[in-house]
Amino acid sequence: MKKDTIILGIETSCDETAVSIVRNGTEIMTNVVASQIESHKRFGGVVPEIASRHHVEQMTVVLEKAFENTDITWDEVDAIAVTEGPGLVGALLVGVNSAKALSFAKQKPLVGVHHIAGHIYANRLEKEFEFPLLALIVSGGHTELVLMREHGSYELIGETRDDAAGEAYDKVARMLNLPYPGGPHIDQLAAIGEETIAFPRAWLEEGSYDFSFSGLKSAVINKIHNAKQRGETLKNEDIAASFQASVVEVLTAKTLKAAKAYNVKQVIVAGGVAANKGLRRELETVFSETDIPLLIPDIKLCTDNAAMIAAAGTIAFEQGRRSGLDLNANASLQLK
Amino acid sequence: MVQIQTNTVEETQLIAEKLATMLKPGDVITLEGELGAGKTTFTKGLAKGLGIKRNISSPTFTIIKEYEGRLPLYHMDVYRLEHSDEDIGFDEYFHGNGVTVVEWAHFIEEFLPNERLAIRIGYMDGDKRILEFTASGAYFEQIMNELIS
Repeated sequence: MKKDTIILGIETSCDETAVSIVRNGTEIMTNVVASQIESHKRFGGVVPEIASRHHVEQMTVVLEKAFENTDITWDEVDAIAVTEGPGLVGALLVGVNSAKALSFAKQKPLVGVHHIAGHIYANRLEKEFEFPLLALIVSGGHTELVLMREHGSYELIGETRDDAAGEAYDKVARMLNLPYPGGPHIDQLAAIGEETIAFPRAWLEEGSYDFSFSGLKSAVINKIHNAKQRGETLKNEDIAASFQASVVEVLTAKTLKAAKAYNVKQVIVAGGVAANKGLRRELETVFSETDIPLLIPDIKLCTDNAAMIAAAGTIAFEQGRRSGLDLNANASLQLK
Repeated sequence: MVQIQTNTVEETQLIAEKLATMLKPGDVITLEGELGAGKTTFTKGLAKGLGIKRNISSPTFTIIKEYEGRLPLYHMDVYRLEHSDEDIGFDEYFHGNGVTVVEWAHFIEEFLPNERLAIRIGYMDGDKRILEFTASGAYFEQIMNELIS
């Protein structure tokens, strides 16, 4: 019988301190996430040095808790996987250095993992992959379409040229004086509003799978300014509904087009914005009319966690990839 | 202080591109302007002038993004540092080997070098913008005068 692969994952790229242990890349043995969202709320976004400080405080607590929740012992752990980038450099460094110290102390191999590879592999904790597959990653820092022809191979076929989808949500939320994080608030408002404003859709050049949300952001701002100057009042819920309709339509249409063009066997959605109800509903509707299965993981696996890093790290480990103790955090790491 | 009015995104980016060709390592450019004024759009033009091939996307999420070109570009958005007074290693960028562009720079006023070129982007209507340049120090004054000549 093939021996199990047990990987410990560590994630600290933004505002969640997370440790998890995953068996064979598919089964979560323990998964602990300490969120800092309350500490950043009053700033309207993640503040880097506050994030780093929290990670330092939380890391050993989270690590101990992770082992309390499982029978797995350090002896059984085959390797340590850690997010090396992209993200906030000071935040990433806490995870990377913790992983390096553990790797040295416990004499376990170290595997650096790309944060987006992690988001993609979160889906494998629910369902086995079938290739080729297309992944739509949407979060506060990312909007990407990634094609995978086999395990561990990532082909970036589209990305945002300016703002990430989640970032556009946060900035529009700021204009509407909604609390941080803005995404869920706009989603809720959109559900009760009507699409009364025709905001632009950024399709870009024919055949491009890239995204652009900066123009939409400007259009929303202009609309609010102009209404104010004319003394008109726009309903926040209608602005939210009209804005969200534009974002969702472009994301859905480009994902569908790419899925057909590359003849994929699965489409998976990952990242914090995958929790958006409007987006989920539209993707489900559109893909139900095709024979391409759509996977959207449970919300707790959409947001940052370490199980996804352990899952992606399992494949990298099995493919023989190792990082040295000179592994460094890379804020602008590119997915390869 | 000098002002330039531009009518299109392309015109704005051409000015940024021209500015980039005059810059050297350790130069700091600050960008101010409301949400959606075009700070990242201006930076895209600057990056082109620095010979950077990669797409410049918003640095809001990670605060700093780095790019390789004729000179490296350090692109910062310090909006979220408004309530923070800690140095996150600014000097390494400001005195580094590249050009630093800082969006929402007034939030980190105390860390900015004395010599710098400040640019404020103001909305007109549509894609029209007013670019307002303020140079601190003789070096940047010369660059500014060359830019408008």
